[in-house]
Amino acid sequence: MREPMFSILQRSSLIAVMLALAGCVMPQHDIDYTAYRQSKPRSILVLPPLNTSPDIRASYSLLSTVTRPLAEAGYYVFPVALVDQTFKENGLLNPGEMHQAPLNKIMEVFGADATLYITVTKYGASYTILSSEVRVSAEAKLVDNRNGQLLWQGAATASDAEGQSNSGGLVGALISAVIRQVVSNIGDPGHKVAARTSVRLLSVRQNGLLYGPRSPNYEVN
Amino acid sequence: MLLFAALMLTACVSRPPLYEWGSYEDQIYALYSDPGKVPIENQIQDLERDYQEAKAHDRPVPPGYHAHLGYLYFQIGKVDQAFQSFNTEKALFPESAVYMDRLIARIKQK
Repeated sequence: MREPMFSILQRSSLIAVMLALAGCVMPQHDIDYTAYRQSKPRSILVLPPLNTSPDIRASYSLLSTVTRPLAEAGYYVFPVALVDQTFKENGLLNPGEMHQAPLNKIMEVFGADATLYITVTKYGASYTILSSEVRVSAEAKLVDNRNGQLLWQGAATASDAEGQSNSGGLVGALISAVIRQVVSNIGDPGHKVAARTSVRLLSVRQNGLLYGPRSPNYEVN
Repeated sequence: MLLFAALMLTACVSRPPLYEWGSYEDQIYALYSDPGKVPIENQIQDLERDYQEAKAHDRPVPPGYHAHLGYLYFQIGKVDQAFQSFNTEKALFPESAVYMDRLIARIKQK
């Protein structure tokens, strides 16, 4: 009678070990997701990021890399360039003004469930005596358009000095896919790093975003 | 424990990406980093080619793809194609309906 019980235990622990080996563990969170889980946003409007770095390219460089991680996480992401254009046609000419747009107006014009506010804090090369490094840092806030409630916030940094193997699992795979695809641009080395920062900032991971309704993993997390 | 393991397995089997990205994000980057450098007709051509390729492999293009394409058509005065692209976006992603309807209404005013 004991034996089958034992083999079930063995089998399940074997599975657990295999999963751990595959770098495939559901993200653990230690921040509060109550409002996020209740809100169940389906669609995200990403505003052109604010930029506090000295490089004026930072905002739109990052903007062009955010759709992929968000859509792959399972959300509808509004067409970022067209949204930017719509704001400009309505007299909001820069990210600073767009970030002040009232949420009820954003709901009315776009029908978006949530708005993502991003600020780029570092973009580009910094030089020390021994080396130079290209670094892109950004922080983000996801806000419920219906009631203005903060659903999630996070921050991420990426650098061209780090190895590519330091983040395993799905996020790691997404990052390497992004790096392979992004056009290498000698004039703006920050852009390649920005794609990494976006994936790190906006993927499903520890204390990251939750899966959205278009993901097969929706509501597993 | 078994149930837990099964849940983890369904969540963890490595899947292909949800979408075929083609040149969509690179094009957006180019729009801002080198405005006007790539003629709009070429941008459209690239996006249409990506779309045909994805379709041939029975793979979806990402959210925003057809809307962006519609915007490019609109800019060169091809309003019928713009109209069609916005409608395709709306059909594939009903989450975009409010915005697409607004863009379509604007085309109709012209």
